[in-house]
Amino acid sequence: MPERLAPATVVACFTLLAAILLPFADLEISGHDPWAMLGRMLTGFARPDFGAIETLAHSLALTVAFAVAGVALGAAAGFALAPFYDRRLVRILCIGLRSIHEIFWALLLIQAIGIGAPAGVLALALPYAGIFAKIFAEQIEESDPRPRNALPPGTDAISRFAYACLPLIRAPMTAYCLYRLECGMRASAVIGFIGLPTLGFQLDSFFRKGDYGATSAILICYIALIASLRLWMRPRLAPLWIAGSLALLAALRAPPMGEGALWRFLSEDIIPRPLRSGEGLTGLLDWLGDLTLTEILPGLWNTVIATQIALVLTGIVAFLTFGLTVPAVTGRWGRYAGHLFLVVLRSLPEYMLAYLFLQIFGPSLLPAILALGLHNGAIIGHLVGREADSLVPGLRPDAPRGLNLWGWELAPRVFGSFLALCLYRWEIILRESAVMGILGIATLGFFIDSALSELRADRAVVILIVIALLSALIDTISLRLRQRMKIAGLRDSDCARTSALSADAMRT
Amino acid sequence: MKIRLEGATLGYGEAPVLSEVNFSQQRGERVVLLGPSGAGKSTLLMAIHAQLAGASRVALVPQDGGLVPQLSVRRNVYMGRLDDHGAARNLGALIYLRRPIRDEIDAILARLGLQDHVRRPVEALSGGQRQRTAVGRAFYRGGDIIVADEPVSAVDGVQARQIIEMIRDRFDTALLALHDVDLARAFATRIVGLRDGRIRFDGPAEAIDRRQIDALYA
Repeated sequence: MPERLAPATVVACFTLLAAILLPFADLEISGHDPWAMLGRMLTGFARPDFGAIETLAHSLALTVAFAVAGVALGAAAGFALAPFYDRRLVRILCIGLRSIHEIFWALLLIQAIGIGAPAGVLALALPYAGIFAKIFAEQIEESDPRPRNALPPGTDAISRFAYACLPLIRAPMTAYCLYRLECGMRASAVIGFIGLPTLGFQLDSFFRKGDYGATSAILICYIALIASLRLWMRPRLAPLWIAGSLALLAALRAPPMGEGALWRFLSEDIIPRPLRSGEGLTGLLDWLGDLTLTEILPGLWNTVIATQIALVLTGIVAFLTFGLTVPAVTGRWGRYAGHLFLVVLRSLPEYMLAYLFLQIFGPSLLPAILALGLHNGAIIGHLVGREADSLVPGLRPDAPRGLNLWGWELAPRVFGSFLALCLYRWEIILRESAVMGILGIATLGFFIDSALSELRADRAVVILIVIALLSALIDTISLRLRQRMKIAGLRDSDCARTSALSADAMRT
Repeated sequence: MKIRLEGATLGYGEAPVLSEVNFSQQRGERVVLLGPSGAGKSTLLMAIHAQLAGASRVALVPQDGGLVPQLSVRRNVYMGRLDDHGAARNLGALIYLRRPIRDEIDAILARLGLQDHVRRPVEALSGGQRQRTAVGRAFYRGGDIIVADEPVSAVDGVQARQIIEMIRDRFDTALLALHDVDLARAFATRIVGLRDGRIRFDGPAEAIDRRQIDALYA
């Protein structure tokens, strides 16, 4: 066994790497008079304008509808796949489905089946099916075996599952579905930025008109909707929500697609051009070499720089904010303010935050890094804060309060899980920073977006594979590091705890 | 029905819990296993259950009950007969339990003193009530033999005696692990003493004296 890796060493290495990369990052503020812009935005935000209530309600309803329909379809497909997850073919299919980000799925699907409700729903459902299959399979595997062993030996497989397994995993399954719906609400808002009729679309058009009051109103409603998710989405009401969502989506009109578009997309567009035109292997290698030099390497470089700097920023934000929600540190009112601050940053997807920062600072890596750091930092700050809060009753009676408690009693105790969460989110930050290219920032997503808009899907597919490989690599490194530091394992299902407004926060 | 273990070594994984065990049981015998915890009673019961399970109908009460906490008492009892019905019917029974089945289950539960809890999920019950639910499932299943591991350890003395009597009335052949020596003497036709993974004595209940039993726990 290699020696235990000191957490401080890991932190130092990541910080050093980010510091070395910092001078190479394009952080130029190119917006026209950013401070005046910021001032106008803040004035507008302080005066929300609910005048356009109809447009606002419609785009919020569609955001919910896409999220509910996508998550429901994904959960159903994942549930059907879960019992077969131990088969290699199913597992590879699921890994492939979930390695592509929702927005990239949306871009591909819009090319393949046209811009309409099916593309939006599938953009969520396809990656989520892969995730649900994995999570449900884990939950089945970890369910208590004793009821199964007590069954009469001749019981058929279906009854066995329905009686001795499903009731045991229903609660964790529901919790995970709710967590996924929260992710789905964010993804659903974000696919609006690429043309689907959800919140992102509305936000973009308000922004273009400079209507910051309406922007503010729509953001307030959206955050309220996510924060109250567990109040309006009761498991018993789920069928009603699903039926309502499907009805709303069915009424959407979409521009008609030419016949055979999907088939052409699958059989021609995504096949590398040199193979289509019969240039053979040398042609393919030239094509790949050219793609690598002109798009993949520059995109990769920017994506990695943004990721590494954003990861350190995430850590700083999380470490500085986790105490905010602990009443023993900030007091009762401080705690409410802390919750509000973290809820706002957690509810707004990275992509949307980056969009907002982009309006102020102009296109560079700066908006991406800020958005990634704030959003992910708020999520980790919330989770670590909850753990810290649960430690307080067990401390010695004469423990200090306020900042001393935070620094001396809590921070050392939660440092392990803080670090584990940061490393866990490393891969997520990478994927999101690639996606932000669609906003016009020079990460990998930029080249995917432009390849697709030039109808060169073959190039987009190659870059998507590069992203999948890179995130697999980071996932492996992160796992190794966590093992070497001997900090508790973390899995995706643990993040079901990342509720926007947790049950315990609402009770008090 | 055939129960026979000859020179068997039993256990989980590497370390054997029981070694060189010779044990057999005839139809009509009520056998009680006595011995301190860790003696190997559960291991022996599970090995015999595994041997029997394919060939005859066995009613089983495992040590932890093996109940599904989220399902109602009634449905946990119904689970004793899952293998008598097809999947479609069992799935239907999760949604609606037909009247005759319900009545049959409720009659069993009433005799176990659980008539007021038939609809409650098992997770809302006390330890003793859970144990009685597991016994109810075994009664509902019925069969040639009951194999039960400490089926009354969590219920009070009077009720324990009643339940043991019900077991005697319902099953000709029984194999139980118990820790209450008096209860064991009242119930068993044969008592087997285990300690440290070996059978220390094995004989008719009336032939086993107090001293032999005390030696098991000393």
